[in-house]
Amino acid sequence: MISLRIIFYVLSVVILTATAMAITRKNLVHAVLYLIQSFFATAILFYLLGAPLLAALEVIIYAGAIMVLFLFIIMTLIAGETQAGHGRRQWIFPGILGVVSILAAFFLIFEAPGTQTMVAPAMVRPLVFGEYIFSKYWLPVEIVSLLLFVALAGALYLGRYKSGGQVETEVEQ
Amino acid sequence: MIASYNELILLSIFVFILGAVCSASRRNLIMILVGVEIMLNASGIALIAGSLRWGILDGQVFVIFIMALAAAEVSVGLALIIYSHKRTGSVNSDDYSRLRG
Repeated sequence: MISLRIIFYVLSVVILTATAMAITRKNLVHAVLYLIQSFFATAILFYLLGAPLLAALEVIIYAGAIMVLFLFIIMTLIAGETQAGHGRRQWIFPGILGVVSILAAFFLIFEAPGTQTMVAPAMVRPLVFGEYIFSKYWLPVEIVSLLLFVALAGALYLGRYKSGGQVETEVEQ
Repeated sequence: MIASYNELILLSIFVFILGAVCSASRRNLIMILVGVEIMLNASGIALIAGSLRWGILDGQVFVIFIMALAAAEVSVGLALIIYSHKRTGSVNSDDYSRLRG
């Protein structure tokens, strides 16, 4: 079972590298494409950790829907514009805080008891998973569907409000 | 054996802090939202790792809820970005320093 460990390390390196490249790109399209790569690697990691349904949903929702929405917005709003250069100075304080947090987490995790246990591979079938959700968590599923409906209505309202808002400011001026 | 539990949690923490640094240091509203997405994804990795370690399904259930939450958040957030871009002509968060633009 040494091969699963190798796959895990390779996936970790791919995820961390792609995410680090994504957050430092000046071109937003490149950043989103690196992030899609990171999400694909995360989907494979989910499959490795025994969640095939979540791996499929990661590809469909994160890499498929959300990132394509980001690409649409970038291409409609600021395609071709050169982004204002972000100087190195604004990376200093978040970088320091991030390094300190990582060091704290590192020491905390390796000091804490019970974290050295190895995780054995297991797999849950999507049928079992779906039955578990809809038998034990049916009320949160309904609440989440209501949340999605509210988000849809809010996005529609924000998109419509523009014309009314502009007319209002013109009248005031 | 896939990995030890602390390696999985460390991977999740690294990705989470990368997202936090991204959304704290970038000035572009779209990149701030991208940082929030990275952080939600990292919490999903931690939940699935815990679900696999203890052999119960509740962690994976919450990852599904996180995905629905991320979809709702990003749709409203991008609608807000479009709205403020139409009002001020910029997606740079430093340009929103006036209350009555």
